[in-house]
Amino acid sequence: MATATLTAPTAPAGRVGLLAGLQHTATLTWRNLVQIKHNPMELMDLSVQPIMFLLLFTYVFGGQMSGSTHAYLQFALAGIMVQNGLFATLTTAVGLNSDIQKGVFDRLRSLPIARSAPLAGRVAADLGKQVWSMLLMLGLGLALGFRPDGVAGVVGAVALMVVFALAMSWMMVLVGMVAENAEKVQMLGFVVMFPLTFSSSAFVSVSSMPGWLQAWVKVNPVTSLVDAMRALLVGGPVQGPVVHTLLWAAAIAVVFFPLALRAYQRRS
Amino acid sequence: MSYAFQAEGLVKSFKETRALDGVDLAARTGTVLGLLGPNGSGKTTTVRVLATLLRPDAGRALVGGLDVVRQAPAVRAQIGLTGQYAAVDEMLTGFENLLMIGRLLGLSRPDARKRAAELLERFALTEAGGRAAGTFSGGMRRRLDLAASLVGRPQVLFLDEPTTGLDPHSRNELWEIVRGLVGEGVTVLLTTQYLEEADQLADEIVVIDKGRVIAGGTPDALKAQVGGQVLELRPQRAEQLELVYGVVASLAGTGTEMTPNGLVSAPVRDVALMPAVVARLEQAGLVVSELSLRGSSLDEVFLTLTGHRTAVTDETEPGVDAGSEAATVKAGV
Repeated sequence: MATATLTAPTAPAGRVGLLAGLQHTATLTWRNLVQIKHNPMELMDLSVQPIMFLLLFTYVFGGQMSGSTHAYLQFALAGIMVQNGLFATLTTAVGLNSDIQKGVFDRLRSLPIARSAPLAGRVAADLGKQVWSMLLMLGLGLALGFRPDGVAGVVGAVALMVVFALAMSWMMVLVGMVAENAEKVQMLGFVVMFPLTFSSSAFVSVSSMPGWLQAWVKVNPVTSLVDAMRALLVGGPVQGPVVHTLLWAAAIAVVFFPLALRAYQRRS
Repeated sequence: MSYAFQAEGLVKSFKETRALDGVDLAARTGTVLGLLGPNGSGKTTTVRVLATLLRPDAGRALVGGLDVVRQAPAVRAQIGLTGQYAAVDEMLTGFENLLMIGRLLGLSRPDARKRAAELLERFALTEAGGRAAGTFSGGMRRRLDLAASLVGRPQVLFLDEPTTGLDPHSRNELWEIVRGLVGEGVTVLLTTQYLEEADQLADEIVVIDKGRVIAGGTPDALKAQVGGQVLELRPQRAEQLELVYGVVASLAGTGTEMTPNGLVSAPVRDVALMPAVVARLEQAGLVVSELSLRGSSLDEVFLTLTGHRTAVTDETEPGVDAGSEAATVKAGV
């Protein structure tokens, strides 16, 4: 057995350079995106679900809510996009968790790659999926008669959603790291995301709600995000809600980025 | 003496459980070290420390002369890891899995493609290479997993229970692959619950239990310590027990025993013993209703070494597959 005292030569630790790190991130982003090709279910999540939400909300609730489906679509598209986008952030947690459970994560961590690459690759791929879903909803919306205020507003709305989703990603990284299994993550989606997105200005005008609910809805960050996206897409006061949303995004990132990294490093 | 990897006094605790309690081991370059122990004995934890996935609480480990904690990135460039459960991405094809690893290891796109095709060929996966790995059989998945750990031509390979849950045919295939790799100069750390597997592949075996090394040596030395194969016979007529015993004892010599439940058992030191016993019994007109030859099971190794049976406790480490007890292949004939 090893009786000799162990001495390691002081060889360079072999840290991974920035350029190589970006290359690793790009490869793992590719990996997370190419999975879609072999998993039709994921394509459903990305495409069918947004389309379904859009059609159901517009045609089931539209007439009742706004008098016409067309008027409701104009009002609700921002809300539907936000709800879909927030649900989509759960893919980060589910994907990371399943990588950990299945041992893929260990395989990646045993490779001489940048420590941040598995996380960055996951988050980047999921943001790419976000953009895809949003473009799909905007395209379908346009076909059904949605008329945005201008191109700049649409670009701004998509960008704002991406920024907010990026902040949320770190919360989801933490959830993915500590959750026992993917089913628990899905459960969290239902018990947190559903009330959070519905108790906002996403689908109905806040003034129709009871007072106690209005109090909550007004502080709910989802309301800020929806108001900002709606203003950017179809007009209205932009600055206030956008600043609010960015502050919320910053706050979420400031809290969850370090927690997520700590959870990640504790596995290292 | 040059060691491909070595560990001294490794200690690792998870909450209140002490998974490793001072593990020492070392393997010479180009050999297979078998790490033998039951579930929860600390095998996986040892592998994870050596593969830079876990930081030990105390003790040190070197791989290729590099410290697994302080020089972790350099260690990672030298090792391949194949986990207890197949760590391939089920949603990528076999080819894409290998391509991904090649790209992560810094190969150019054409080189990574070439290497992936090469490995698929070597592991008889070329035909299946275009299918999602999730559709692979257990044996194919293990082969792909092993291929993935070989993309970077590692000098040290960690195989954590590579054959758990595999059918005997797939297991033999995997053994052949491991022998081939060792022939190329790769050093292997193989963890297993099966004495037979360690016996087949390992140059040296370390037996661990409850995070401690309880025995070590060559397979032959270990078997000599715990006993090799055992011949067991049950006379058809219970009153002939002593007659049968007499015949067997005259051939097998010392160590032949009669058990209270009507069996005669004898240690097998020579492969010719069983046919000789059968022939002699026939001459004597003695009929046996049961005749079996079996190897020492891990359980018996433990009983001999520790005085207790293998404690079946789950690994306490997060993410360790609790289902790995399935399909125990007994060492036998």
